[in-house]
Amino acid sequence: MMATLQELIAYLAQSAWADSIRENEFLFPLLESVHVIAICLVIGTVLALDLRLLGLASVNRSVTSVARGILPLTWGAFALAVVSGGLLFISNASHYLANRYFDAKICLIGIAGLNMVIFHLGGAKDRWHWESERRLPTKARLAGGVSILVWLAVVAGARWIGFTM
Amino acid sequence: MTATLIGFCSWLESTAPSQVVQNVGWIIPTVQTVHILCVAIVFSSAVLVDLRLLRLLGRDVPLPAVARRYLPTTWPVLLVLMITGGVLIVGEPRRSLLNSTFYIKMALLAVAIVMTLGLQRSLRASPNFWELTAARRAAAGIAAAASMLVWCGIIFAGRWIAYTSTG
Repeated sequence: MMATLQELIAYLAQSAWADSIRENEFLFPLLESVHVIAICLVIGTVLALDLRLLGLASVNRSVTSVARGILPLTWGAFALAVVSGGLLFISNASHYLANRYFDAKICLIGIAGLNMVIFHLGGAKDRWHWESERRLPTKARLAGGVSILVWLAVVAGARWIGFTM
Repeated sequence: MTATLIGFCSWLESTAPSQVVQNVGWIIPTVQTVHILCVAIVFSSAVLVDLRLLRLLGRDVPLPAVARRYLPTTWPVLLVLMITGGVLIVGEPRRSLLNSTFYIKMALLAVAIVMTLGLQRSLRASPNFWELTAARRAAAGIAAAASMLVWCGIIFAGRWIAYTSTG
């Protein structure tokens, strides 16, 4: 599994696309800008949902209703962030992998995903009973709080990559 | 004009606050992190309202309710953006003040502020203002698309400041 991943990264890093991104002085900042737009949308929209879970905003609406008005944008932006981030990554894969802030950022995104999956498949299973309450059960508030903290750390990690590459 | 501006940048760089920002390594990345988080809030708020204006998201909630939920946040967060942006300028004045990309960003920001104020005022005067006629619905859609483009332009310009600075 790890070996396959390493081969895939090596293959992509040697691809013509990676060469273009490395050598074209316009392409790298363009991809960075798209990446910033995408992560801003991911974080801003996730934050709006987290604030509902914490009972700090949109408390007169159910969690499902708030999520329905937000998450399609979150997922679209996340897909864009992965594609733009992946292209930036393959332009200089070995340096990014050797950067501990990059590694920390990827781990933190994994933790954010895990937090979401655990809440969705576990804590939120019986949400029909409580999701319209203003003050939600501890498990929901915990999921929202963890999400905010982890995403803050993701942005900090991302910014530190730029200063340590 | 340019000479005055260069002189101003030289003076600003020599002040004590600028020296602190220049010499304490963690200040700039930390302030940039806060700046980006605030951009995320303001930008996402604008896009969520714009997508509602375009009837692409959150159609089960009336437009004035979506606007009331997200737009008021813009103003206090914009204040934090001005403070964090100000700290970055104090630390590296030439990077932005002698850079045309920075002025493009500020001009686009002015447009975005006027559009947000206009939307808030129109909805306060008449909650269903943008839904009354087909022409107004079309105008709202065009304004929403323009707003999203302007905000993307602000973020593009923000990133591009790093690549176009000469100082």
